Amino acid sequence: MPEAVKIHIHDLHKSFGSKVVLDGVNVDVVPAESLVIIGGSGTGKSVLLKHIIGLLKPDSGTVEVDGQAVEKLGNRQITEFRRKFGMAFQEGALFDSMTVWQNVAFPLQRLTKMSRGEIGDRVEECLTMVRLEGVGEKLPSQLSGGMRRRVGFARAVAHQPEILLFDEPTTGLDPITTALIDEVILDLSDRLKTTSVTITHDMESAFRIGDRIAMLHQGKIIAEAPPEEFRRLDDPRVQQFIHGRADGPLSEETPARGPRDSKDETGSTNEGEPAGAGARELERS
Amino acid sequence: MTLPHPVEGFFEEMGRFFQLVGRIFAWTPRPPYDFRELFRQMVKVGVDSVPVVFLTALFTGMVLALQTFSVLNRFKAQDFVGSLVALSMVRELSAVLSGLIVAGRAGSAMGAELGTMRVTEQIDALEVMATDPVHYLAVPRVWASTIMLPLLVIMGNGVGILGGYLVAVVLMGANPVSYLDRTFQFMDLNDLVSGVVKASVFGFLLAAIGCQQGFYTTGGAEGVGRSTTAAVVVASIAILISDFFLTRLLF
Repeated sequence: MPEAVKIHIHDLHKSFGSKVVLDGVNVDVVPAESLVIIGGSGTGKSVLLKHIIGLLKPDSGTVEVDGQAVEKLGNRQITEFRRKFGMAFQEGALFDSMTVWQNVAFPLQRLTKMSRGEIGDRVEECLTMVRLEGVGEKLPSQLSGGMRRRVGFARAVAHQPEILLFDEPTTGLDPITTALIDEVILDLSDRLKTTSVTITHDMESAFRIGDRIAMLHQGKIIAEAPPEEFRRLDDPRVQQFIHGRADGPLSEETPARGPRDSKDETGSTNEGEPAGAGARELERS
Repeated sequence: MTLPHPVEGFFEEMGRFFQLVGRIFAWTPRPPYDFRELFRQMVKVGVDSVPVVFLTALFTGMVLALQTFSVLNRFKAQDFVGSLVALSMVRELSAVLSGLIVAGRAGSAMGAELGTMRVTEQIDALEVMATDPVHYLAVPRVWASTIMLPLLVIMGNGVGILGGYLVAVVLMGANPVSYLDRTFQFMDLNDLVSGVVKASVFGFLLAAIGCQQGFYTTGGAEGVGRSTTAAVVVASIAILISDFFLTRLLF
């Protein structure tokens, strides 16, 4: 076992109404590691991510970050706690009343004591990193979906957090941009020793950026291994997912595909969780 | 004991509402103070509502004059049209009608805007960046509305009285001097204050309800539609009910 654990998730359970989404998840992330979580639509990957940063509260079980139990943090502590994190959301979740520049500057203004000049430089740097120089003055509505996602990515990494959470950072991007985002993620963990948890269904990207890959299925982690080993795992469910086959144990276990699934693929938010489940948690803070 | 579904839903909504109100008060004194956003919301709720409140008050004043003129004429009390129009506007109608109209304009917009932010995860993004959504979104909206509605109502008072004057004097041929005399003869400061106090309560209610509906939006675009409608319906009902109790308790 590793000497230090950055994120420790133990026996995490979460249901929305009668729908069990997480059913005893156990997983650890060590410092400077890049963990990739894969799994089909609606398996609760996003829900898991939201537990790590305290947007959702577990029904039972614990999430510990640097030894702190997230669900036990009070109002003030959670603000401090979240400074450690950067999170990129599925659809970018950019503030649509603000320009791209203001979006990327937002975490710097809120979370750091940088001067105006420093913020300006850092925003430029982040936009250049995702190859979006010169769009600073545009509004999110004037950008393509892929560009919005890249801005969301730039915003997540802007304040140089210790831990990065990526909710499908590359889904729906062209292969070149995907490779670019992957490179940035790799570079961050190599150079800045950033710990990251990435959710994806893009296997190519998963093998590229993951130090370790875990597969979430029916609310549990069913497999967990470094990329090379993961590729060779015997579990037929893992093999089906890696090779993207329509027939196999995963298709048999999942109930008939309804309209919900097709909605997920076109990019509805909050997969596996009734939209706005976050709303219910508003009471929290 | 389990409650029937609609009853449970009602108490759940009420609980959320008072919780939100509590958090608004708790967050208001805490820095950073975002005066620019407050000002922006004051423009959106207040300044942008001037034309519709103006028209509503004008025609309400005109209709009041028409109606009361024909009724009071029956017992030769048409001199008092001015008093009736002015007191009705100042004590009651200006505040309630402005409240309902601003609920339809600005309260619904808050429900839609915050609801969209909820379903597109922008509210989650705020929280992730250590920003409380109530502090950042609800506080400026609610206070902007609480400040601006009384100002709209004061304007509405003047415009309503003007409307009544136009109908009575120009259309019905009342004596302009005695009409104006009657207008202010029975009015005291209390009447004005009561309308203004009501207005700020309505302003607070409509914004808090709009924000609440937005925050608790679920289910994509359809959900945003539901929140927008609910913001108007719930706020309108709240305004009408609280109007009765405010009138009964305070004045």
